[in-house]
Amino acid sequence: MMGFIFSVLLLSGIAAGLALILVISEKVIQNYGSCKITLNKGKKELTVEGGKPLLTTLKEQKIFLPSACGGRGTCGVCKCRVLEGAGTLLPTETPYMNDKERKEGIRLACQVKVRNDMEIEIPAFLFAIQQYQAKLAAVEDLTYDMKRFRFELLEPDRMDFIAGQYVQITCPAYKKGVDEVSRAYSIASDPQDNHFVELIVRRVPNGICTTWMFDYLKAGQSVQLTGPYGEFRMSDAQAPMIFIAGGSGMAPFVSILHQMRHAGSTRKADYFFGGNSVRDLCLGQQMAEFEKAIPSFKFNPVVARPQPEDNWSGQAGLVTEAVKRQYSDLSGHEGYLCGSPGMIDASIKVLVGLGMPQDKVYYDKFA
Amino acid sequence: MILLAANTSSIGSEVWMAVVTCFAAIFTQNILLSYFLGMCSFISVSREVKTAVGLGAAVVFVMTATTILNWMAYWWVLVPLNLEFYKYILFIIIIAAFVQLIEMIIDRYSPALYQNLGIFLPLITVNCAILGAVLWMVIREYSLIVTVGFGFGSGVGWMMAIVAMAGIRQRIDESKIPAGLRGPGITLIIAGIMALAFVGFTGVLQ
Repeated sequence: MMGFIFSVLLLSGIAAGLALILVISEKVIQNYGSCKITLNKGKKELTVEGGKPLLTTLKEQKIFLPSACGGRGTCGVCKCRVLEGAGTLLPTETPYMNDKERKEGIRLACQVKVRNDMEIEIPAFLFAIQQYQAKLAAVEDLTYDMKRFRFELLEPDRMDFIAGQYVQITCPAYKKGVDEVSRAYSIASDPQDNHFVELIVRRVPNGICTTWMFDYLKAGQSVQLTGPYGEFRMSDAQAPMIFIAGGSGMAPFVSILHQMRHAGSTRKADYFFGGNSVRDLCLGQQMAEFEKAIPSFKFNPVVARPQPEDNWSGQAGLVTEAVKRQYSDLSGHEGYLCGSPGMIDASIKVLVGLGMPQDKVYYDKFA
Repeated sequence: MILLAANTSSIGSEVWMAVVTCFAAIFTQNILLSYFLGMCSFISVSREVKTAVGLGAAVVFVMTATTILNWMAYWWVLVPLNLEFYKYILFIIIIAAFVQLIEMIIDRYSPALYQNLGIFLPLITVNCAILGAVLWMVIREYSLIVTVGFGFGSGVGWMMAIVAMAGIRQRIDESKIPAGLRGPGITLIIAGIMALAFVGFTGVLQ
């Protein structure tokens, strides 16, 4: 009996001893101490605990790199440029990298571990992303199925965004069977009017978030916004621009036009707005004001199927046909598109067909 | 062989014995191709020569080190206490703890080595070839020096087999293989033919 107890104790003792060695060595060996992460050539410096993946480390420091899979290395979205301190490319990263990215030192932030001081580069807009408490200040009907929502920012009370960017709005669990979701909408307001954020939303039949915004959300109610996100914006070039968007795709262009007006821009901009019928047209008044304030801007509403009773005297047909009617050579132009994937793909085809270089077509696809 | 039969009391003949055992473990008693141990990683990680070399090197290292550690645990702890029946549990615990520790150390001090070798270490913890080699070492009652040769030789034999297999699989990558045999199927058949080839070494050592 004693022998049996002794033997069990001995074996447990050996196992416990080995476990202890492992625990202690983990504390000693895996302790990387504090590491310094330099972002965008000294724009920001972080002192962090080493040993964790870069993605999680940055998140703890309130820098939100986009990631769809949550750090499992399966989506390839959390790419960032590591200039120093990441070692060589890991086998888990290679499937997501092309030759150009390899040369530039692009890495997956979820796979790279912070082991020492690092120097990384991330898109500048990621610094500015914050969570905002806001309240609905006003709602305005634009068409039968579109509304403009104006939110007043409370905490923080100002958002510095670039015209063309978007915010995410958190739609709460407003009725039974609906979970909290967040949806992205382009900002449709004046970047200088940064105490407010305006969104143009088109009702999606049975949409979770749009139903909430149209039927449940009341003026004065508080909402949560995060942003600003996105790299859709006007380029620094002076090339003449073609804007194509219909419906709520108009939002970023309203913001861009505000920006052009403030800058006193003389850059040529031709906006083709596509609607199915006359009742889809909106913001005609505001567009006319922009045309007056920015002499180089022109607004061209195009109606696909005008009815006789509409007395529509403007352009008819598809918006892409209207572009083709007006232009035969777009090799010197830049294209800006916002809308559904189908509309964007069709527009890209037409623009490139008219000689516009593919890399001069900028777009914001509604997913 | 004459030397095998000779008295093994002196260090010199111990070392010679270790060399012979090492050679035997690689060729005549290849742990993979004669005893079919460690098949699962052999089949799943033999697609590319580069990864096969990494895994093979990890096996060589872990096998050599754990046979030595377990020799000590067995002959110095279990045998004096008459607790030999605990050997299976103890061997597994020691292998697992050792591999964990090594993985940690490599991860910390040599990221480059970690990428080439370290990522395979968790695969090896539960590789039956490791436990198999340790048990052979006990059953055959090798001395410590011979155990070094045996552990190393078994590892090298395993590595040789997986690298050869990866080389073959890279070559047949473009071949038209019947659908039902693709992947593990054809790999097992090739492994069988390789094993047959290794039978040719039988008789080289007695």
